[in-house]
Amino acid sequence: MEAVVDELLDSADEHQEDNICQFLTFMMADEEYGVDILAVQEIRGWEEITQIPNSPTYVKGAINLRGTIVPIIDLRARFGLPQVPYSSVTVVIVVKVGLQSGDKIMGIVVDAVSDVYSISESDARDVPDVTNTENTEFVHGLVNVGEKMVVLLDLERVLNLEFGASKN
Amino acid sequence: MSIDLSQFFEVFFEESLEGLDVMESELLNLTPGDLDNETINTIFRAAHSIKGGSGTFGFTHVSDFTHVLETLLDQIREGSRELTSEHVNLLLQSVDCLREMLGDLQNNQETDLTNATQLKEKFELILSGEEQSSNVQSPAGQQQVAIEAQTDHGALDTYEVVFKPQHHLFKTGNEPIYLIEELAELGELDVVANLELIPDIHNISADECYVTWTFYLETDKGEDAIKEVFEWVEDDAEITITLCGGLFGDDPVEENTANEPSASESSAQTTAASKNETKNDVSPAANKAASKAASTESTSIRVSIDKVDSLINMVGELVITQAMLTQLGEGEITENKMMALQEGLAQLAHNTRDLQESVMRIRMLPISFVFSRFPRLVRDTSQKLGKEVELKLLGEQTELDKTVMEKISDPMVHLVRNSLDHGLETPEQREEAGKPKVGTVTLNAFHQGGNIVIEIMDDGAGLNTQKIKQKAIQNGLINEGDELSDDEINELIFMPGFSTADQVSDISGRGVGMDVVRRNIQSLNGSIEVTSEQGIGSTFTIRLPLTLAILDGQLVTVAQHTYIIPLISIVESLQIDLKMVNCVGGGLNVLRLRDEYIPILRLHQIFNHSGAIEDLDKGLLVIVESDNQKVGLLVDDLLAQQQVVIKSLEANYQKVEGVSGATILGDGRVSLIIDITGLIKLAGLKKAGSTELAIESLESEEA
Repeated sequence: MEAVVDELLDSADEHQEDNICQFLTFMMADEEYGVDILAVQEIRGWEEITQIPNSPTYVKGAINLRGTIVPIIDLRARFGLPQVPYSSVTVVIVVKVGLQSGDKIMGIVVDAVSDVYSISESDARDVPDVTNTENTEFVHGLVNVGEKMVVLLDLERVLNLEFGASKN
Repeated sequence: MSIDLSQFFEVFFEESLEGLDVMESELLNLTPGDLDNETINTIFRAAHSIKGGSGTFGFTHVSDFTHVLETLLDQIREGSRELTSEHVNLLLQSVDCLREMLGDLQNNQETDLTNATQLKEKFELILSGEEQSSNVQSPAGQQQVAIEAQTDHGALDTYEVVFKPQHHLFKTGNEPIYLIEELAELGELDVVANLELIPDIHNISADECYVTWTFYLETDKGEDAIKEVFEWVEDDAEITITLCGGLFGDDPVEENTANEPSASESSAQTTAASKNETKNDVSPAANKAASKAASTESTSIRVSIDKVDSLINMVGELVITQAMLTQLGEGEITENKMMALQEGLAQLAHNTRDLQESVMRIRMLPISFVFSRFPRLVRDTSQKLGKEVELKLLGEQTELDKTVMEKISDPMVHLVRNSLDHGLETPEQREEAGKPKVGTVTLNAFHQGGNIVIEIMDDGAGLNTQKIKQKAIQNGLINEGDELSDDEINELIFMPGFSTADQVSDISGRGVGMDVVRRNIQSLNGSIEVTSEQGIGSTFTIRLPLTLAILDGQLVTVAQHTYIIPLISIVESLQIDLKMVNCVGGGLNVLRLRDEYIPILRLHQIFNHSGAIEDLDKGLLVIVESDNQKVGLLVDDLLAQQQVVIKSLEANYQKVEGVSGATILGDGRVSLIIDITGLIKLAGLKKAGSTELAIESLESEEA
């Protein structure tokens, strides 16, 4: 994997030329997911959180991010994956997403952060059309990095919390 | 080079609206007969700059309208016309009208010109009266400035044609009258003949043409068609054709020497106008203008330079402190440094607090912004009611938050109207009661603690407790046998659907007033009280927080969660005596507290928290009030009371039922602020009728 990273770092200067985007990847239930690195504001450790009453289970609550109230979404719960207890490697990725109601800053809880990849737009492949799986709507595309497959997430969809549409 | 003028629109609107405010307040200072030149000049200047601005930006409706207004003002200024109270009223109406027009323009709405046209007609009527009389004095042939203005005529173009024939025109076999007739066929034609060149009767030569003409032709035929008409006389006359577009709304007064029916026509117009006037004498509803004005709230704020200066000073100090701390942070920390560091941190805390205060002050504006609309309101209303009223304004420099100010203005208008309509008696009644004929309404504002207090006092009849009680019994708000103190009775006027006015007027009395006033004030986290003494007067006291950004809160715990209840809505907190608790259908517990039945809401149940104290006698009950409805909230414990800074939960999340916002506690944790009204709704508690409380079963809501 290091070789891959080195290679990517070498080509870092040429990013602007092709349609290459950088993705921050993280682990969740042994799968690697990626989000556009430009949306990422910061990465924080798990901390105590204030619950928001009567919210869906995947909304863990809100934290104080230097004076801003930021809601925290558990991505495992959002994807319907089995819950694991939070540990020292559990991280919160704070992202900024442009939703219909305006730009929102939210945190997503994932198992661990993994890596940063530069991925050309053309390398991303569409998701196989499996209409039955609800989670496919969250997926922006799939991409192969070396041996691995990374699922690129569509954050706008993942964090669109119009509760009427989501399962609860 | 063309400049995009639209970037200046906002400034123009702001300035013009300010100008209108100035005009309004100065107009109110005018006393007919006793003319103060400075006042008139101020009004004139304001009108003039509005006219100039609107002309520049192409708002012809506004500039045309202001022009007439200005003409009248000019005449008053020069002393050629006596100022009457009718003029003042008309001018005030046109201020309203202009405000409306500007508001429409600002919102990019279609302007409704009927009002403006009516007012303009009235002005013209006044001015034309003047014209006739001045015509008598002034030498004939002198041209009056065009006053008569008509509204635009669709897509037609207006051409100004100046036709100056040479004296020998007739000798070439040309007859101007035919040319005029031909022109008239092209469209609507106005002819102005200039007689200045006609020589003395002794020197006149019958076969020479001394008259020159200016034609205003409104046509869709184009310039070429006009040229064609003059084709044969081109060499014998000076002809200039200019396109006036829609800019020349002003049609000139007809002064035709040849066959002209203008005299009779214009007199016919005058009578028509006067008919119009009598028909449309009903002044536009004042509240219409008010609501329009509210919708055009400007988003900018004017800050006095000294506030900004003090802010800059504060930032300067902060930078110095920061530099000091940085220096201390470098190198090894010794005991000496430790001391200095603590001192530095104390200074930093001090700077931060000062800075916070100054920033808050930027949003603060003197309450005179609200007060300034009342002289006009009182004048109009008292005139309508036939009462004599003196308005006293005190504490106009008291500052409060801009947002609060914008929202308090409507409730205050309501209260002042009420005072004028119900509070004050007619002059005759007042004399009978041995009071001065002129009633007084006082608006007083001052700071008290962290609040601003606004008092609206009148020296009228006071609230009639007997009448209120009767009415309340009639409406089923209280029972016949209820013993109520005077204050409690007075409180009843804030109940929905309550009005003691025998007659519903367009000023007040519909009974949809005081409860709305109270609700508006409560939504600002404020409160309103009334004290009254019969025959002496009544006082309404509004208490508001200085800012909406900070709130006094009571911290409570439910399970391991900390919530904040706004202190202003808390009535009392108590331990529950189980003997006083009854259970009504649907599992709702009700506490009997001094002849009141208070439903108990379990906060942990509403918010779905587990691990909270569920036994009624082990927890604490916080009695809160919202919209005149009292409920008890069961919480585990009460913590401290403190001021909290309100943060939006919606900014990054969404609206949460029962929660009005969030805040950050001293230890950095987020805590949610409870919205009492929302909570009651969430619990499914509602008022059915006036006495009974019903509850929808919580279980069904949870499922």
